[in-house]
Amino acid sequence: MDAILLQILNGLDKGSAYALIALGLTLIFGTLGVVNFAHGALFMIGAFCVVTLQKILNLSTVAIDPTKVDFLGNPLKVKTPYIVNWFGEAAGSAIINWSVPLAILFAIPIMLLVGYVMERGLIKHFYKRPHADQILVTFGLAIVLQEIIKACYGANPIPTPAPEIFRGSFDFGVWIGMAENAVIYPYWRLVYFAFSALIIGLVFAFLQFTTFGMVVRAGMADRETVGLLGINIDKRFTIMFGIAAAVAGLAGVMYSPINSPNYHMGMDFLVLSFVVVVVGGMGSLPGAVLAGFTLGILESFASMNEVKGFFEAIYLPSIDQIIIYLVAIVILLVRPRGLMGRAGVMEE
Amino acid sequence: MSKQLTRRGVLKSGAVVGAGLTMPTIFTSSAAAYTNEPKGGTVTLGFNVPQSGPYADEGADELRAYKLAVEHLNGGGDAGMMKTFSSKALKGNGILGKKVKYVTGDTQTKSDAARASAKSMIEKDGAVMITGGSSSGVAIAVQGLCQEAGVIFMAGLTHSNDTTGKDKKANGFRHFFNGHMSAAALAPVLEKKYGKDRKAYHLTADYTWGWTQQASIAAATEAKGWKTVKNVLTPLATTDFSSYVAPVLNSGADILVLNHYGGNMINSLTSAVQFGLRDKEVNGKNFEIVVPLYSRLMARGAGKNVKGIFGSTNWHWSLSDAGSKAFVKSFGEKYGFPPSQAAHTCYVQTLLYADACERSGTFNPCGVGEALEGFKFDGLGNGPTEYRKEDHQCFKDVLVVKGKENPTSQFDVLEVVEVTPRAQVEYKPDHPMFKGGSLGKCNPGA
Repeated sequence: MDAILLQILNGLDKGSAYALIALGLTLIFGTLGVVNFAHGALFMIGAFCVVTLQKILNLSTVAIDPTKVDFLGNPLKVKTPYIVNWFGEAAGSAIINWSVPLAILFAIPIMLLVGYVMERGLIKHFYKRPHADQILVTFGLAIVLQEIIKACYGANPIPTPAPEIFRGSFDFGVWIGMAENAVIYPYWRLVYFAFSALIIGLVFAFLQFTTFGMVVRAGMADRETVGLLGINIDKRFTIMFGIAAAVAGLAGVMYSPINSPNYHMGMDFLVLSFVVVVVGGMGSLPGAVLAGFTLGILESFASMNEVKGFFEAIYLPSIDQIIIYLVAIVILLVRPRGLMGRAGVMEE
Repeated sequence: MSKQLTRRGVLKSGAVVGAGLTMPTIFTSSAAAYTNEPKGGTVTLGFNVPQSGPYADEGADELRAYKLAVEHLNGGGDAGMMKTFSSKALKGNGILGKKVKYVTGDTQTKSDAARASAKSMIEKDGAVMITGGSSSGVAIAVQGLCQEAGVIFMAGLTHSNDTTGKDKKANGFRHFFNGHMSAAALAPVLEKKYGKDRKAYHLTADYTWGWTQQASIAAATEAKGWKTVKNVLTPLATTDFSSYVAPVLNSGADILVLNHYGGNMINSLTSAVQFGLRDKEVNGKNFEIVVPLYSRLMARGAGKNVKGIFGSTNWHWSLSDAGSKAFVKSFGEKYGFPPSQAAHTCYVQTLLYADACERSGTFNPCGVGEALEGFKFDGLGNGPTEYRKEDHQCFKDVLVVKGKENPTSQFDVLEVVEVTPRAQVEYKPDHPMFKGGSLGKCNPGA
């Protein structure tokens, strides 16, 4: 029981990342009809916004300490962050400590700008081209972005710790009357799950309860008619691209303490997120969220020793690596449009 | 002139010519005495390192070291370890009077990509020696290719027992230590620190290095009284280890052994710390984590999480012998930071190859191999060292290290807690962990 609960909790935060990326993918597909393979790169850029902010906050003055030596035997250069010099030790250190949450504010304008430049600079030229062309060009773009990040930040993961107060874990099992150490869960993963739920709620509320959202939804249903009513739907869809980029970026920002940012993290999530979108139903926002959490939990279950052992016994090793694809095959065989897919989407 | 041009004749000739053209040039004979015999004033070495994938940071450091070694061999820089090397055959005028050139390849930490880049360096660039690694799967694959092609393979960072065990080859040589040697050095320290009554849970990278290291660590710690509760294999491409780490606390284990390296280790250790493993008490004891193979690069990547965690390493920049000091000075002045163990082993392998060429007077892999077999040397950072003839494994002291509690700089993340003498980590060539396979005969290729 405790193992099952543990894997459900684990699956929730993995599913949160899938759901946020898939939500953005679906928004872009639903509005612009573009299959954006560079969306994982946006998640990665979000995570590197934290790295960048961390570097900015740690920009330092250098003083020579003649009493100590460096690894070459030269007098040691001691670095003190400007921020500590300006605001004092306590305040300066606190700002550095909270660099991940602060990066949310830093990342939003950057991601909106990246999304805008990406859409206006490249993707808009492919609206009327076949999906295969869109996939090729966005996949190429993803590789370019990935290599730029690798050239700037190196290939190894860069640690971006959560604020001190959220490090460590709590005994969830004890809360619900189970034995000690039965279900341990890190604080930050809980924060990540809550954050994801908030972002998903905000996106849905934005689309449901604002005039802008209503127009976008109408445009998703019948772009031509909305255009004939004199509404510049293209402009709104471009803004939606920026919002989708910001959602992916924020998912990356908050994910950075869970897995240290590395240049390849976007690709790691991209393929699975596309499976999530297809399983959820192309163009269906609730479908993307539902499929994200479902597949995240399934993946988590598949890595349980008992489950792996069972599948190995029936000659199906490495089930944790293929479970999502197996389930996707079954779901698409039973429901070819995915869990909540609409008729007519990508069926012409 | 009486012969008629027939359709059948054309087809036959075409088939013969086609077969000849499609056959890789490394398998075809030529007038040279051995594969890629250098004819002009230069000799080309092939540096095959991961420039992408989970071990890319190690690969970047390896490449820096190779470039430094080439500079020193050609008489540039401050000569580094050439000044402290016990063999005095190297003169700083290249190798056998030929200027050293190099080509590089990206293994991508994948065996097929590594073989493809090594093949290209041998066939297209004329590399007479291939070196590199950072993954034992890659090293073993490339070692096999070099054996077939008739060039020497000087293994870089490869720690699997199999590299000089069941997959050893006559053309392959390893300076780096292996999983068995790590276990032999680490187990007594762990017993002393954590006691005999311990239950260990292993998370293991699912490829040759992980398997052999796990087997070695489990055997060595079980011999000290520990029990192995479970061993879970994790795919090399895993980035989120939470679902593997989450069940550990509830398994009855009080030690987690992370048989992971590079980016894998950074992520798995981060997950373990996030799940609060190091703050818990199990079976009345503090829960502990062990990382059997450490490197400074990954320790830096894991940040504060490594504090107090034990592991082993082939070499560390803080060593105070003349060879290590010379290398740290050369590398540090050129690049601005101290070298990693990956950089050290790659630099040393390049010098050892060049030295063997000088001593044997040839680039012929059989002559070079003969010069390396049983070669005893000193001054390259690990104390007295020997390339054992029977399996082409170097034997030397092993370092047991610990994540430093109070680092004084970003490079000062590990401290050496014990230098385990060679005698304690040495084993017989027919040891069960290394059984199977044979060196075979040296292959000069052409």
